[in-house]
Amino acid sequence: MVGIVSYGTYIPRYRIKAEEIARIWGENAEAIKNGLGVYEKSVPDIDEDTATISVMCAREAVKRAGIPRNSIGAVFVGSESHPYAVKPTATIVGEALGIDRFFHSADLEFACKAGTAGIQNCMAMVESGMIRYGLAIGADTSQGAPGDPLEYSASAGGAAFIIGDDGTIAEIRDTLSFTTDTPDFWRREGQPYPSHGGRFTGEPAYFRHVSTAAGEIMKRNNLSPEDFSYAVFHMPNGKFPVRVARMLGFTGKQIEQGLVVRYIGNTYSGSSLLGFCAVLDIARPEERILLTSFGSGAGSDAFIIEVTENIESIERNPGVWEKIRNGVYIDYGFYAKLRRKIRMG
Amino acid sequence: MLPRFWRKIRYRYNLIGTECTNCGKKFYPPRNLCPECRRKSRISEVELGEEGTVISYTVIHDASEPYKLQKPYVVGLVKLNSGPTVTSQIVCDPESVEIGMRVRAVFRKYGEDGEDGIIYYGTKFEPLNAGEME
Ligand SMILES: [Zn+2]
Repeated sequence: MVGIVSYGTYIPRYRIKAEEIARIWGENAEAIKNGLGVYEKSVPDIDEDTATISVMCAREAVKRAGIPRNSIGAVFVGSESHPYAVKPTATIVGEALGIDRFFHSADLEFACKAGTAGIQNCMAMVESGMIRYGLAIGADTSQGAPGDPLEYSASAGGAAFIIGDDGTIAEIRDTLSFTTDTPDFWRREGQPYPSHGGRFTGEPAYFRHVSTAAGEIMKRNNLSPEDFSYAVFHMPNGKFPVRVARMLGFTGKQIEQGLVVRYIGNTYSGSSLLGFCAVLDIARPEERILLTSFGSGAGSDAFIIEVTENIESIERNPGVWEKIRNGVYIDYGFYAKLRRKIRMG
Repeated sequence: MLPRFWRKIRYRYNLIGTECTNCGKKFYPPRNLCPECRRKSRISEVELGEEGTVISYTVIHDASEPYKLQKPYVVGLVKLNSGPTVTSQIVCDPESVEIGMRVRAVFRKYGEDGEDGIIYYGTKFEPLNAGEME
């Protein structure tokens, strides 16, 4: 059965605390931390972007898989911050991995769920026999306008998965997508920062899509929340995933391990995937995981995943939480320079 | 700049060098002729691995236009565990770099031709134990 053969993650080293951002804009840090559930976030270095993050997490995935590089027949990079408007990030990743040139590649874009879209594409190509292994990456270096509440959460990171049907560490038993035309969050071509519908991003967007996709996939598999060891939901902030978990009937214990957003922020296409990798880091054979992404615009991809005994023979260190703890704090001035928020004369 | 960079992408993205199988010497950047063996050279491509040690460095304070946002930055000579020595940027706090520091290759941006030009990527190094929070 098709599933995950290997995975890799990357989180840039720098961190900025909510207190530091609040200090600059004269806001109450405690109120923001309580309201948003994000205490600090990752910040990419001046020479990091979605391509470099994709390469770093993909290299880790390939190394851990121990498969011949040339057996990778497809590379998908899902992101809303591709370095080029025209020229696929996936071409850079393929070259940096040293795969022979006969591979399919494409960049995907669906706000924060482009990475899970890549996993589904790889699953289809593996199951149809088109390819032996596929590489799906979700990575972003997202930005909020200075002073926008998004600035406390929009961050950077990525996760990569090798999808195949032999030697899987976790089988993907089912996947289901739910998609509607909902303008909750968008960015027009050429605009540096996104726009969003404020409160509109909650009920009709995040909660409706995540709960419908997650609820429906459980229903059609005759499963209920107690049948899962872990659940991971997209994390635009620290509050939404906790609330949607409760709505669906999951406990705090089931979501805790994957709740990485409090310390690295919303890594967009990497968000639910990094949470999922944090779960894989400690998962044991036969455990069942529910993963549900969300992308504004809007849609959700839900997955039912069952861990196999192979998980015990793959390298899982350093894990996601170890990488989260390995950070260096920076101040707002340095952050503004790194994120090019300062207009140069 | 563009065609020259493009032809060497393979060697910039990964530490791929050449080896003279006659004497065992490895080269980076890759060479087509072994200076020792000359006509007896037998050259083939080799992956040089990703780890090495800083054997000398300098901190650049006065960077040219495309790199000025990166200054001060560290450029060093890294002796790879596999043998060859590579000149590269070392991504770390200039205060923390030291001779003998162990480093590993990372994939980073080198620079870009302005806002509408090509973005150049390649190999740099970072400390093996980078960024432990105190
Ligand atoms: Zn020789």
